[in-house]
Amino acid sequence: MSNQSMFHIRTEEAPLLPAPVSTTGVIGWMRQHLFSSIGNTALTVVGILIAYSIIAPFIQFAFIDAVWTGDNREACLPQDGGHSGACWAYVEAYFPQFIYGRYPTDEVWRVNIVYALFALLLVPLAIPSAPYKRTNAILFLVIFPIVAYFLLTGLVIGGTVILPIVETAVWGGLLVTLVIAVTGIVASLPLGIALALGRRSKMPIIKLVSIIFIEFWRGVPLITVLFMSSVMLPLFLPEGVTFDKLLRVLIGVTLFSAAYMAEVVRGGLQAIPKGQYEGAMALGLRFWPMMYLIILPQALKLVIPGIVNTFIGLFKDTTLVLIVGMFDLLGQIQSSFTDPTWSTPSQGHTGYLFAAIVFFVFCFGMSRYSIFMEKKLHTGHKR
Amino acid sequence: MSKKILPLVIGAAMGVAATTAAGATTLEDVKVKGFIQCGVSQGLPGFSNPDAQGNWTGLDVDLCRAMAAAVFGDASAVKYTPLSAKERFTALQSGEVDVLSRNTTWTMSRDTQLGLNFAGVNYYDGQGFMVRKDLGVTSALELSGASVCTNTGTTTELNVADYFRANNMPYEIVAFEKADEVVAAYDAGRCDVYTTDASGLYAQRLKLTNPGDHMVLPEIISKEPLGPVVRQGDDEWFNIARWTLNAMINAEELGVSSENVDNMKSSDNPSVKRLLGVEGAFGEAIGVSNDWAYNIIKNVGNYEESFNANVGPDTPLGISRGVNALWSKGGFLYAPPVR
Repeated sequence: MSNQSMFHIRTEEAPLLPAPVSTTGVIGWMRQHLFSSIGNTALTVVGILIAYSIIAPFIQFAFIDAVWTGDNREACLPQDGGHSGACWAYVEAYFPQFIYGRYPTDEVWRVNIVYALFALLLVPLAIPSAPYKRTNAILFLVIFPIVAYFLLTGLVIGGTVILPIVETAVWGGLLVTLVIAVTGIVASLPLGIALALGRRSKMPIIKLVSIIFIEFWRGVPLITVLFMSSVMLPLFLPEGVTFDKLLRVLIGVTLFSAAYMAEVVRGGLQAIPKGQYEGAMALGLRFWPMMYLIILPQALKLVIPGIVNTFIGLFKDTTLVLIVGMFDLLGQIQSSFTDPTWSTPSQGHTGYLFAAIVFFVFCFGMSRYSIFMEKKLHTGHKR
Repeated sequence: MSKKILPLVIGAAMGVAATTAAGATTLEDVKVKGFIQCGVSQGLPGFSNPDAQGNWTGLDVDLCRAMAAAVFGDASAVKYTPLSAKERFTALQSGEVDVLSRNTTWTMSRDTQLGLNFAGVNYYDGQGFMVRKDLGVTSALELSGASVCTNTGTTTELNVADYFRANNMPYEIVAFEKADEVVAAYDAGRCDVYTTDASGLYAQRLKLTNPGDHMVLPEIISKEPLGPVVRQGDDEWFNIARWTLNAMINAEELGVSSENVDNMKSSDNPSVKRLLGVEGAFGEAIGVSNDWAYNIIKNVGNYEESFNANVGPDTPLGISRGVNALWSKGGFLYAPPVR
């Protein structure tokens, strides 16, 4: 205390100096992450060069050189011998066909209602905090398919035409893609769960049937299934009896993806410790309540990535229906390449780019939603 | 009996329509359902391709429309089934389509072994070559040592091999899976020559950066007669298909077009009178009305009109008549007379 005058003691805190420029902000971040060593610097430079050489021509093609309006191929022809950009005018002219196929123009409002209903019912179903989940689910899974079926195919009661019949042969584009994908996804999950349970069942016949079903459908390529349903099936039927082509495809796709789904779900079931089963049985639960209340909620949660993987695969596999003469989005785009009115060097690139964008939006959406669900449902197992 | 009923019951239970009653002739079936089910390609420019409005157009499509005009007097009474190359014959055999008008090459095996009949030829196609003009080549025989772009695993590739070997010319094949890739490779200069069916050459030329810099050589190295196909054993329907095509060709030969057909009805030319049903009962003989050919020409047009509207010089395809001109103008088209 007496030495107070001998020592200088600072009474207030020294002002904080800002961190060196080279360690903060954008520069600091870049130094730390991009240029921390010679090797990293070289990688960064190479990376930027690669990115530039891909992105720059893409922007040049898709935006700068692109043709946005026009009536026919003349508009999109390359000027003075150079390369032409994307011909968005062609996508514009064909846009209704990409979305509805060759659905009659006067009846397109029916497809629009189906699209709108689908979105209106799916969005609240997908938001966990939205109310009336049970009503919503019933509307979506039971009422909506019936309404959509009659809206899309038409309705005739006792000879009176309420909605004119529209054959599935004229459906196309995104409509077909979505009908096949949504039907396949919605139908294959319960079917897959049933098959997975069947395969683990102790009842020999159920087990055998499930195994045969799963192994058969996993053993044949989807393209073969579609091809058989389209080419061989008509030969087995008496002349003149034809199944609707879309129906054949729907059944084929659903059974096919159900087999894959079954194996994904089985993986989840096997990850559930035996104690969970024993605990459930000790509580006096019978098989179905045990599955419904204890096992499946845990098993399905574990395999969400696998399930969504199957869904996304299924969504993209819908493009295979082209080989049986159905026009999904990609098929419709490819078929439009044959119209000489719009035939230009950039037509193919533009069409495929459009297809890629649409498919990416749907698949990326599914992927993000599954991550959201995983985060929401994780209960202490997350690492 | 039960064998036939079971699938029907299953079909009915699954919400399926039985389109035709077994046993009836194709013409009766078509008349009952009110339209012709026409098998077309999944898109071949100028022959059968959907336009931006979703309507099918093309030379092959016009033949189906002409058949509908002959049967119903209404060219729009057609429904189209796009078929892949693999499923086209099955679709016809199984009755899914009534007529296959899908750039199908008439070959002996197809005509005799598949239970099908070709009703005629509506386009004489053949494999041709396209080269850059600045190559300075005017004949395929000057292509010695050239690199040739083509599709893999098709008869196209085999035809090229045959042709170059027969003429003792070395060559190099650059083959790709899809037509788009072949065109892109040719456009990028990876090969000197692009070969496929001549009609396809004209269609693919539109996808080149500078179509004007390329030319199709005169040599045709394979025979690809394309025509409509019907089921074997139904002669009545076969006659309608065959004579619809013949009527269009005869109409061109006699100078009857969709524009002058009404005036031509009062023509003094007996051939025109017979064609248009003013004289004789030729329509009834094949099971349709006597003004069948009038309806075809009025609604669809003669062969020349159909050709010019779909593939002719004024369309983007710009195909000249060549061997598809009338016999009287140096081509192959020749229809037996109506009498």
